[in-house]
Amino acid sequence: MPITLPFRPRRESYPPDMWTQCPGCSEMLFNKHLDKALRVCPSCGHHFRISAPTRLAQLVDPGSFRERDAGLVSRDPLGFVDGKPYPDRITGAQTATGRKDAAMWGFARFGGRRVAICALDFTFMGGSMGSVVGEKVTRAAEGALAEGVPLVVVSASGGARMQEGTLALMQLVKTVAALGALREAGLPYISVLADPTTGGVFASFAALGDVNVAEPNALIGFAGARVSAGTIAEELPPGFQRAEFLLEHGFVDRIVPRSELRDELVGLLDVLAPPAPADGGAGSVRRG
Amino acid sequence: MVDRLLGRSRDREAATPAPALPAAPRDAMWARVLLARNPRRPHTLELVAGIADRFTELHGDRLFGDDGAIVGGLARIDGRRVVVVGHQKGADTDENIRRNFGMGKPEGFRKAIRLFELADRFGIPVVTFVDTPGAYPGAEAEERGIADAIANAILVMCRIRVPVVVLITGEGGSGGALAIAAGDVVVALENAVYSVISPEGCAAILWRTSDRAPDAALAMRMSAADQLELGVVDFVVDEPGQGAHVDPAETARRLRAVIVEQLDRLAALPVDELLAARHRRYRDFGAFDDLGEPEVAEPAERGGLADRLRRALEPVGKTLGGLGARDGREGRDEPPAREEV
Repeated sequence: MPITLPFRPRRESYPPDMWTQCPGCSEMLFNKHLDKALRVCPSCGHHFRISAPTRLAQLVDPGSFRERDAGLVSRDPLGFVDGKPYPDRITGAQTATGRKDAAMWGFARFGGRRVAICALDFTFMGGSMGSVVGEKVTRAAEGALAEGVPLVVVSASGGARMQEGTLALMQLVKTVAALGALREAGLPYISVLADPTTGGVFASFAALGDVNVAEPNALIGFAGARVSAGTIAEELPPGFQRAEFLLEHGFVDRIVPRSELRDELVGLLDVLAPPAPADGGAGSVRRG
Repeated sequence: MVDRLLGRSRDREAATPAPALPAAPRDAMWARVLLARNPRRPHTLELVAGIADRFTELHGDRLFGDDGAIVGGLARIDGRRVVVVGHQKGADTDENIRRNFGMGKPEGFRKAIRLFELADRFGIPVVTFVDTPGAYPGAEAEERGIADAIANAILVMCRIRVPVVVLITGEGGSGGALAIAAGDVVVALENAVYSVISPEGCAAILWRTSDRAPDAALAMRMSAADQLELGVVDFVVDEPGQGAHVDPAETARRLRAVIVEQLDRLAALPVDELLAARHRRYRDFGAFDDLGEPEVAEPAERGGLADRLRRALEPVGKTLGGLGARDGREGRDEPPAREEV
């Protein structure tokens, strides 16, 4: 039986599931309120990382997402062992997240318009791209091509998955080739870059949107800090590799807060995409 | 004939005299990495001089500048027209500084793109020489869009309507290598290596120290023979003696024979077939199973008013435990666990 103390406990001692400390402003945030605010800090605007299911639920027309290929699981092509065999790492991540790998794809609606959408999941092994993530991004692009609908990919990934070696590297070509076919067919592709989008994911499909949209202050870059530090002795400037840095240097079109992301995508698709069939489900635009 | 030229194909020939490598597999792998990095190993321009009848180097990306780490130009190899693109390491410290140790910057990859497009325009096959520790990971590269340049180079390589022969001659370091390594056929020299991240980078992430690089090299199976087994590389060309550096001329001669053979084979294919085969080559990469799980219901975490009311009216015990459905890990805003470069 819990003992009730006569004084207010320190904030840090609140049950972690109820409160989250904002890394931006150190404010203690009530999770219920944080969820309601799409996991964006109401006081400083810090965008918390969100899982793929949460992202999809926030982004598309309510209830419109139909997942495809949920059963894809990575093999262990290299027999990779560091501290722990790779299959054990996968199993651990599957247990922790309840999902099979670091991406979900399917069809959904944006303001009534049908799109193919893929969301990467940073909570699963850092969103790293191995065979399954590469396959899902590729199938999303192929699905968009087959149905003649736009493609949206929301990236949140540390890069290629080392544990799958060069097979992970080959996913860069596989995904890019699929986007090439989409481009040739005149179908729009919007790349959403969330925190973080780095390494091989940024250097392949995430960089190649017809429109690139980033979330505020998202870490977006090619070389990881630890890689850079190990290779090049160079002091990195503050704000380096953040969304604003990318905007300034011309590699993202827009920085859009999470609360406006959905409307933004609906608006972009309205101009870029061929006219949506008039069968359109919930036509109204919901504000997050 | 092919087998003799190529040294060995998918299955290793037992007859090939094994070079005197240390016994432990980790040391053997590391010895290969060191051979691939040997400063006396012939680099692109030296190999091209030995392979081509004539070579005219072309400079600049028409946007920013000329990157010494990536070279390219027009050549004839045994009479055949080719566009050559390759990483260029230096032979000594001075040249290495000038050439940035073969680490391409955005302008280097954009020069490569320019040359690929030129090859496409004039119907000239492409031969690339891959030998880089990786793309340059510095601040200026990020400012000029290194990821954008690499992604676009890969895209262009997938689309050009001419044969593309890729030679991994030394270090195939990650995205910086791949940017000029997406082709119809990928050939590796015996002591070349190919990896998703440098072994030092891999070790720094997995073990927090680059001292464990030999372990990382073994775990990633980065040798040419391993890559052949994985299908990432199609052919391995034996090197003379203890490695390419002991006889660069002979190395160039062996590469030339493979290039000519592959160019002729690819030139015989109709262009649409060539592109379909290239697409298939990369489409098929991946090691996964489909458990064929029935489609799951769409996430309903952010329900409407009814859901929220229901949640609010749930038994009191629930509020102490927090929101059960929420993914506990999300609350921890961890620093990025970089999985790669």
